[in-house]
Amino acid sequence: MNIKNTTKGFTDFFKDNSKIRNYLPQILTLLFIVFLIGYFTYNAQVNMDNRGIDFGFHFWGQEASFDIQFSLIEYDGSHSYGRAYLVGLLNTILVAVIGIFFATILGIIIGVSRLSSNYLISRVAEWYIEIFRNIPLLLQLFFWYFAALRALPLPKEAINFFDVSFLSVKGLYIPKFIWTNFDIFIYSIIAAIISIIFVYNYARKKQEQTGTQTPKFLISLGIIIVLPLLTFLIGGVSLSFEYPILKQMSETIFNYVGGAKIIPELMALAAALSLYTATFIAECVRAGILGVSKGQKEAAGSLGLTTGQILRLVVMPQALRIIIPPTTNQYLNLTKNSSLAAAIAYPDIVLVFAGTAMMQTGRAIEIVSITMATYLTLSIAISILMNWYNKKIAIKEK
Amino acid sequence: MYKYIKQLTSLFAVIAVLFAFAGEAMAAKKSKTLKNTQKKGFVRCGVSQGVPGFSNADASGNWTGVDVDVCRAVAAAVLGDAGKVKFTPLSAKERFTALTSGEIDILSRNTTWTLSRDADIGLTFVGVNFYDGQGFMVRKDSGITSTSQFKSGLSACVNIGTTTELNMRDFFTSKGISYEPVVFEKADEVVAAYDSGRCDTYTTDKSGLAAQRTKMKDPDAHIVLPETISKEPLGPVVRQGDSVWEDIVRWSLNVMIEAEEYGITSANADAMKSSENPQIKRLVGAEGELGAAFGLDNDWSLRIIKQVGNYGESYKRNIADTGILPDRGPNQLWTKGGILYVPPAR
Repeated sequence: MNIKNTTKGFTDFFKDNSKIRNYLPQILTLLFIVFLIGYFTYNAQVNMDNRGIDFGFHFWGQEASFDIQFSLIEYDGSHSYGRAYLVGLLNTILVAVIGIFFATILGIIIGVSRLSSNYLISRVAEWYIEIFRNIPLLLQLFFWYFAALRALPLPKEAINFFDVSFLSVKGLYIPKFIWTNFDIFIYSIIAAIISIIFVYNYARKKQEQTGTQTPKFLISLGIIIVLPLLTFLIGGVSLSFEYPILKQMSETIFNYVGGAKIIPELMALAAALSLYTATFIAECVRAGILGVSKGQKEAAGSLGLTTGQILRLVVMPQALRIIIPPTTNQYLNLTKNSSLAAAIAYPDIVLVFAGTAMMQTGRAIEIVSITMATYLTLSIAISILMNWYNKKIAIKEK
Repeated sequence: MYKYIKQLTSLFAVIAVLFAFAGEAMAAKKSKTLKNTQKKGFVRCGVSQGVPGFSNADASGNWTGVDVDVCRAVAAAVLGDAGKVKFTPLSAKERFTALTSGEIDILSRNTTWTLSRDADIGLTFVGVNFYDGQGFMVRKDSGITSTSQFKSGLSACVNIGTTTELNMRDFFTSKGISYEPVVFEKADEVVAAYDSGRCDTYTTDKSGLAAQRTKMKDPDAHIVLPETISKEPLGPVVRQGDSVWEDIVRWSLNVMIEAEEYGITSANADAMKSSENPQIKRLVGAEGELGAAFGLDNDWSLRIIKQVGNYGESYKRNIADTGILPDRGPNQLWTKGGILYVPPAR
């Protein structure tokens, strides 16, 4: 009897306190997660103590004493591990940006071709998608890298582009830009972009109020060409080129010196990532276009819009809303897949930092955590950017 | 009276408990790794993913090589059978983590003994089973016959996570030559990239160069330059903190070298029991109590020599007869002009 009473009291207590009822499971879950993290940290600490390994980030400022093949910032072995990390991070971002750029362009072209009424074009696009998305990326990477290495000639017989660029097994050599007063040139570009934004705003307002259209595209084109050009004429900006020159290093070894160099590892990695990811983006694009109902196009046509205008003003704004979220995923995948670079000697963050630096310092836990945190940050940054864009193009209910 | 008996019993009980603790403490001297190994019935050994002469698996999965023989010697000593070894192939990147995390108990994978590795990351090097040095391989038709002909702009293929990467920088920087390091994760890709002309030179330990050369399409088209740019003492590694296990591995290796010094081979080991020389008798377990110091029986060293052979036999079988490095160079006994010199097993 007593027991029954207490039980009843217990349930009553929860019935009467809906706040506690709502929060208790959440608090318990939170406690459980905190406990779990605490347990793993403690466990790692005990095991590291037992094995005589200490934990710390003091390696960060120490001299790295290894060299890196390709770097966007000044680096050699006398710089710190922290600097080496930065080199790796920038290389990862570089290949991700190049990959995303080409994957998007190629994806849109293939996606639109897939819907083409031309039998040949749509079939070719379909085959491309089916082949490239169904072969593991790592294999494609090896294929492009080693196939390219096998196919490209040695520097002595390099493929010559107008005597200024040379493609060989050691990379693509291009002229190096040597600027004077580069900062003034950059300011002029920024100024041009700001003025174009003003022109667009002005043109939109004018159209909303009076209905007259301004040739805003031509005006912007003029601004972006004329302003930087002015800096050359009166701003003291000038540009010269340093061309790569073939140099003999031994009886059969030749190499280009001077100029700028794009290493074959970067080319192979960017090619593999773009060709692979483009297939998924193409499918997103196709889904987006098919997702806009046929009636929209017909209605726009009956209003007298041209085919180009229909695509630009009616179909695309609606299709983009379907395309953007899954494409964001593909951008994230591409960025994360760039870590396969380690397999073909492209010095990204995994090869440089979670590879060489980790082995030279032996700080596995510290370095792997930093690397994971870095990828997480990159992915979240891309997500935030794409979500912002997605919100911007979403239907605005007024 | 009854009270006294009760007191006496409790006193005995206390003493017994104390002894038990003491016994536990004695047993603690016996290595934890040794105990685990004997319980499992095999030695867990980390090796390379395939370096001929050092650790290489044939088509049917049999491992051979001088690094492999160190693990076999330990198995012969602690388990009585040189075949009771479980080999784990590891990349240069994985090797230390595998050892410190307890996945393997011996790392015998042409690993260079350096201060930072020994002192900093929970590892202990037990000795040297191969004295090596870093060299360069180039294509014969390049006309390069010495590193003094290297010029700025050279590209060098190299394996990740090795002392090679660091030595290479020291070498080129000290000579004022700018170079391009092309760093791969696996040895096979390094060789493929070098073979295709991506790199002008391939650099690693000279033994590694000799071994990889045998794998190339046309081994005669490549030469190893005569210069040695670094000291690479390669040897087995154990986890820090188990000094008995460390001693077992160290002396298993030392016994192999000392057996060669005294002329004991796998063929004559049993006959050597009746030798006049007390040191030989100690090595084959006919005199003294050497094994007891690690908690092993007295035939441990005899088993190593009989089942694995002495160092010279192991070298001949794995490195000389396979044509990798027929000349023993520094890896000859100190009595014969080399630098193999181990503390006496006594």
